[in-house]
Amino acid sequence: MAFVSDLFVNSWNWIAVQLARFLPPWAAELVMMFAGVVVLIAFLLFMVMLLTLLERKVVARIADRIGPNRVGPFGILQPLADTLKLIIKENTEPAQADHWVFRLAPAVAVTAALMPYAVIPLGRGMVGTDINVGVLYVVSISSLTVIAILMAGWGGCNKYSLLGGMRAVAQMFSFEVPLALCLASVVLLTGSLSLVSITEAQRELWLVLVQPVGFLLYLLCGIAEANRSPFDIPEAESELVAGYHTEYSGVRFAFFFMAEYINMFTVSAMATIMFLGGWRGPFVDQLPVLSVVYFLLKVHFLVFLMFWFRATFPRLRIDQLLSLSWKVLLPIALANLMLTALADKVAHRAGLSRMASAGLLLGSNLVLAGVAIATLYLVYERRRAPSLSRRYEIHWH
Amino acid sequence: MTDDERIAEELKRNIFLTTVDRIYDWCRRGSMWPISFGLACCAFEMICAAAARFDLARFGMEAVRATPRQADLMIVAGTVTHKMAPQVLRLYRQMAEPKYVIAMGACAISGGTFRSYSVLQGVDKIIPVDVYVPGCPPRPEALLHGIIKLQEKIERQSVRTVPWYRKA
Ligand code: SF4
Repeated sequence: MAFVSDLFVNSWNWIAVQLARFLPPWAAELVMMFAGVVVLIAFLLFMVMLLTLLERKVVARIADRIGPNRVGPFGILQPLADTLKLIIKENTEPAQADHWVFRLAPAVAVTAALMPYAVIPLGRGMVGTDINVGVLYVVSISSLTVIAILMAGWGGCNKYSLLGGMRAVAQMFSFEVPLALCLASVVLLTGSLSLVSITEAQRELWLVLVQPVGFLLYLLCGIAEANRSPFDIPEAESELVAGYHTEYSGVRFAFFFMAEYINMFTVSAMATIMFLGGWRGPFVDQLPVLSVVYFLLKVHFLVFLMFWFRATFPRLRIDQLLSLSWKVLLPIALANLMLTALADKVAHRAGLSRMASAGLLLGSNLVLAGVAIATLYLVYERRRAPSLSRRYEIHWH
Repeated sequence: MTDDERIAEELKRNIFLTTVDRIYDWCRRGSMWPISFGLACCAFEMICAAAARFDLARFGMEAVRATPRQADLMIVAGTVTHKMAPQVLRLYRQMAEPKYVIAMGACAISGGTFRSYSVLQGVDKIIPVDVYVPGCPPRPEALLHGIIKLQEKIERQSVRTVPWYRKA
């Protein structure tokens, strides 16, 4: 029972002990390190497959359709068929392509997508390495994706892919700023950059309860960062064919596909860790194996939100997108950071209890939300086109 | 080697190949991604086939690709004019192997009602067609039937005989 209660960690330690019996210590450690990498990658590949199927099912249900149900029972083998087909498919390469860049780009994209998982805790005691600048590491790695996309856009020697690549750069850089600011206010409250201790700090109170504005901002920026609809202008098919991966087919396209879904998972995982208490949940201390379940449940809830967004909202234009980032999200994120710092300081100075300071933080956050919404309303109400009845001076009696 | 052994050997090789064939055909049949492509009125029936009532997604086909590089199936839905024909041919050539073509509607099959100087008399004059779906326009059910026929055709293919592994 004790073994099962922390199944994953215990079996991991058991394997390590067995290895140490007939291998020198450094070799055992090396083998375990590689095993960790392999397990993580396999887990992520499985997640990608699951997410593609879930996305197609969820979007189909929202559109009042059924979704894949012919390949395997209830269509669960659909991702497998897709993967195999993409592997079989011919690898086309334009004659004028920048061959090295063209071939390297998918690998860079997947590598950049996989790297954050070195520091993300997937459950209690289940983390690659707990480095003390985890948040900084994840944020900086996520900007590597931009380079992969730019390489793909350049390498294909296709004007649409180049345009898509350029757009992706503009978009990802502008959304990275408010995203990092949202994370900064969390770091301010928990006093740590390590993802493990940020999870620990939310033992009593999830940060979403004191930082609702920060959470919403992070979610918006994260969706834009992962190039998901409604912010998927780098691959908008109505204007850009398929954006930066226009010239890719077969396995190389599959790599980009994989990178996109892993990025989506990363964004949700980060939101879970920073705002939703990571793997924390009821009875986790008695039964640590539950921590993985809680973590995956929360992540999948956020992923489901993304699917829902995709099925609901139309795509934005590039100028709307950039002005959303620079004119709306960035000021709110900045104000949020300053207000959080102020409220935290006041709470410390006044020596408030934990609950009272949380209340103060929440209150200041809600005030910020109110002010932001009121300002937006005033600014955009003035710009709105007059209603039909006013424009044509029609009086309804 | 006795005859029996030789037969057993031969059998083993064949059985192995049939399993490869089955997987090879199964995955291509299960995930045919069409290229988004509509030329005339028939396109609306195709769109209708993808929407709620008929739902192409059941066959794993709602992943409509905008770029020919990632598509497996071209549904020529509508009238191919002489002006459009070069573009159709070009898109077909840009598609990566294995690729299939469905000619949907009387126009794509034979020019339909348009016996005119400006309309190509059947898309099979320029690209090879796998399945013809007659009608003006064919109902979504007919298109689905054509897709199922294409899947049956794919199921009969074998790695050893498919044209795209041969030297040109
Ligand atoms: S077959 Fe009939 S419905 Fe289809 S494109 Fe031709 S005229 Fe239009």
